Amino acid sequence: MDFLRPASWEEALAAKAEHPTAVPIAGGTDVMVEINFDHRRPEALLDLNRIGELREWEVGEETVRLGACVPYTRIIESLRAELPGLALAAHTVGSPQIRNRGSVGGNLGAASPAGDSHPALLAAGAEVEAVSVRGTRMIPVEEFYTGVKRNCLEADELIRAVHIRKADGPQQFSKVGTRNAMVIAVCAFGVALHPETRTVRTGIGSAAPTPIRATAAEEFLNSALEEAGLWDSGQIIPPAVARQFAELVSGAANPIDDVRGSAAYRRHALGVMARRTLGWTWEEFRGNERSARCA
Amino acid sequence: MRLTFTVNGRKQEADDVWEGESLLYVLRERMGLPGSKNACEQGECGSCTVRLDGVPVCACLVAAGQAQDREVVTVEGLADFAKQRDEGGSASGTSLDEAKRWQSKPGETGTAAQRLAPIQRAFIDAGAVQCGFCTPGLLVAADELLERNASPSDEDIREALSGNLCRCTGYEKILDAVRLAAARSEEAV
Repeated sequence: MDFLRPASWEEALAAKAEHPTAVPIAGGTDVMVEINFDHRRPEALLDLNRIGELREWEVGEETVRLGACVPYTRIIESLRAELPGLALAAHTVGSPQIRNRGSVGGNLGAASPAGDSHPALLAAGAEVEAVSVRGTRMIPVEEFYTGVKRNCLEADELIRAVHIRKADGPQQFSKVGTRNAMVIAVCAFGVALHPETRTVRTGIGSAAPTPIRATAAEEFLNSALEEAGLWDSGQIIPPAVARQFAELVSGAANPIDDVRGSAAYRRHALGVMARRTLGWTWEEFRGNERSARCA
Repeated sequence: MRLTFTVNGRKQEADDVWEGESLLYVLRERMGLPGSKNACEQGECGSCTVRLDGVPVCACLVAAGQAQDREVVTVEGLADFAKQRDEGGSASGTSLDEAKRWQSKPGETGTAAQRLAPIQRAFIDAGAVQCGFCTPGLLVAADELLERNASPSDEDIREALSGNLCRCTGYEKILDAVRLAAARSEEAV
């Protein structure tokens, strides 16, 4: 095995081009588990820890450019206002030790359907900045996942950053597991209200071969909110609408039975999480609207 | 490959390190520091918790090569590390030999490494050590919590230790120990 230790981003890209089978390692929270258990014996490891810019982020006008290796701990501490859904999801990752090392870039690289950041990225809207010596591609996150633990990166590409839309409304994240720490999601759900475009976006985790959006549920809710004029009136969402939304979220999933839970349980739990998180975000939206009017 | 890094304040070197080896393996098998425990090898149990450039991490999930030129503190160096932090002063560090000969000698004076860090003292006094396997990881994690937050709430303690599993104590005595260490440091101020 080779251990490649590029000191700069340019060196990393050159190394990946020269060793396309090299496995990038940042926090090691996935890669080292596979090596420790002999599930994987890559020809080379490509250590990204020495590249400081990967641990930085920039808050722009519309998006946050989040360096691929920014640890979850930093997201929780520093980006709660801009990326509330992702910060909530980050807080459910593993333990403090894991959050000190793990990153969204690693979550995307591993592309496990159970990765905690995926539902938040899907709901907020995000693009993956994939770079190689050939150039840069911006990949919408919903097109990034191609199968169980598979993504659309080419062999010479590395994830430089994720560009995540800054929240323009309330966001929520919910995850089912056996306890509050050290849990791989049985299933997870993220929702983001986007009052500027009067749309709602969703993300489902651990309940299909890849993380997915519940598009039919989004479309149904978008027109229901529009038709009833709820974005303007700030009235509560009628229970029948919330129920239908929850059923459509359930229906969007394509889960399996496994040690963590049955397919039927996952579908049921997703419906419950969808209804609850929609309620929480809508209440927050109404609260903001009221105080804005008072001011 | 050769690995050069700082362990408990002293420069160390290891040769013929396999590229896929974990930092934990290097510490235990090459440095002869078995304080950090090897249990799950997947970041679930926290018994291998060490500080990497000050940050608590699972040593089993750090590739050895990632520790190159960086500073690691293990439970063996915790007493000296805590002493430096409390008293300022220059780093004497803990040598591998000192660490290997270490024995708890309550009440006696000796080198820094032979004395106990306040969190270690508190674990003993509160009865937070049973089989002792999870203790090193918990000590490193709890010490870091108190460094950041001198008077943590119970929720802060639970959160900070949520990545460390203990199958003996039921955690209550461990929580007591952290509260005790926090209370003692407040009295000392």
